[in-house]
Amino acid sequence: MASPMIDARGVHKRFAAVEVLRGVSLAVGRGEVVAIIGPSGSGKSTFLRCLNHLETISSGRIDIAGETLVSSTADGVCRHAPDADIRRICRRMGMVFQHFNLFPHLTVLQNVIEAPLTVKGLRREVIVPRAEELLRRVGLLDRQASYPSQLSGGQKQRVAIARALALEPDIMLFDEPTSALDPELTGEVLRTIRELAEEHMTMLVVTHEMAFAREVASRVVFMDGGEIVEARPARELFAAPEHPRTRAFLENML
Amino acid sequence: MRIVGPLAEGTGVTLQVFVISFVLAVPLGLALALVRVSRFAFVSGLVNGYIWLMRGTPLMLQMLFIYFALPFVPVIGVRLPDFPAAIVAFVLNYAAYFAEIFRAGIQSIDRGQYEAARVLGLNYPQTMRRIVLPQVFKRVLPPLSNETITLVKDTSLIYVLAMNDLLRAARGIVQRDFTTMPFVVAAAFYLLMTLVLTLAFQHLERKHAVYDG
Repeated sequence: MASPMIDARGVHKRFAAVEVLRGVSLAVGRGEVVAIIGPSGSGKSTFLRCLNHLETISSGRIDIAGETLVSSTADGVCRHAPDADIRRICRRMGMVFQHFNLFPHLTVLQNVIEAPLTVKGLRREVIVPRAEELLRRVGLLDRQASYPSQLSGGQKQRVAIARALALEPDIMLFDEPTSALDPELTGEVLRTIRELAEEHMTMLVVTHEMAFAREVASRVVFMDGGEIVEARPARELFAAPEHPRTRAFLENML
Repeated sequence: MRIVGPLAEGTGVTLQVFVISFVLAVPLGLALALVRVSRFAFVSGLVNGYIWLMRGTPLMLQMLFIYFALPFVPVIGVRLPDFPAAIVAFVLNYAAYFAEIFRAGIQSIDRGQYEAARVLGLNYPQTMRRIVLPQVFKRVLPPLSNETITLVKDTSLIYVLAMNDLLRAARGIVQRDFTTMPFVVAAAFYLLMTLVLTLAFQHLERKHAVYDG
């Protein structure tokens, strides 16, 4: 059996005295779309950020597509892969942030081609047509010469998705991609993510959009208090949550 | 009444000192700022001490020290002619101020920019060169303009090394001809120089105004 795209085992994360993640284990297979839901402060975003090394874990183990990013020994000493390996492994994952984090001094097109040019060393003639194709897919080809400040929140987030896809990642991580958007703008972003799901992109989506999670995710993970409370196929979890904390959370959301 | 000739000559000296000091102090200041924000605590601390020293003592004292006292310092002691001594003093002093301007600019860039660059696979030098510094450059233009204009006027301090800059030339004529007219003309010359700089910086700011943020 092929190894899972994401394999996290017993991940702990402490910020000073606060234990934000208390032994989170999750495996995501190729082509799977997993949504992580849960109250704010439950550690969802921190877990996502640990996966691509934006945060370093306190103990546990993370493998990405069969390669070990970090693992800790029994006595709790973390061994990280060498820096160059970390960069190479993490490049297989694209990430989309809640606050977009587009580069404001670059145009839409320049945002998309920056990493392929600088990191992969691709030539302009190669990457520009591909970037234009990505922008066409997210419906923003006509805005390629605009600066991020001239776009709406939904448009910014779609550019951010195109920018992440330009590196041809195997996995996409979404950290509350619609939480900073006006309600009427969330649809266009969710539509783009749904299209990626239809193309069988492996995705991990931290979200507050329950309808979206139910419809697009193959599996839904409910996190609370730094641990996974319940992880089941989306339909089952929403129809009949097993754990009282999941039930209480879902009732609150509706 | 010969005023304009000597004053133009003095302006030449002033401009030379200004241009050379500026061209050297800006990159040195940027380099100091990059060391200051780096994760190398020891050299960062050294730079911090350097900035404290340079901002904490009068520029005139520094200039006098480099010209008169440096030759007697063991090992690094070297006797500099007046012009290089003045340049060294201005560069060392202004680099400290520029470093603080650049540091403030670098630290004003949102953490999300670094994170976005990192998840796209850019390493630290690439992140600084391609993402952070271009944005810093736009943000620091107003304080940079301020400091640059101050440098033009501070060049008049070289009179303590008996160099004939614009102000000293004006004072010479005032004492020779018993007229205060040269002061007015010198003021006009300074105003003209700072006007050109102000316009140049305004042009740069407009050029970078195509994006917000």
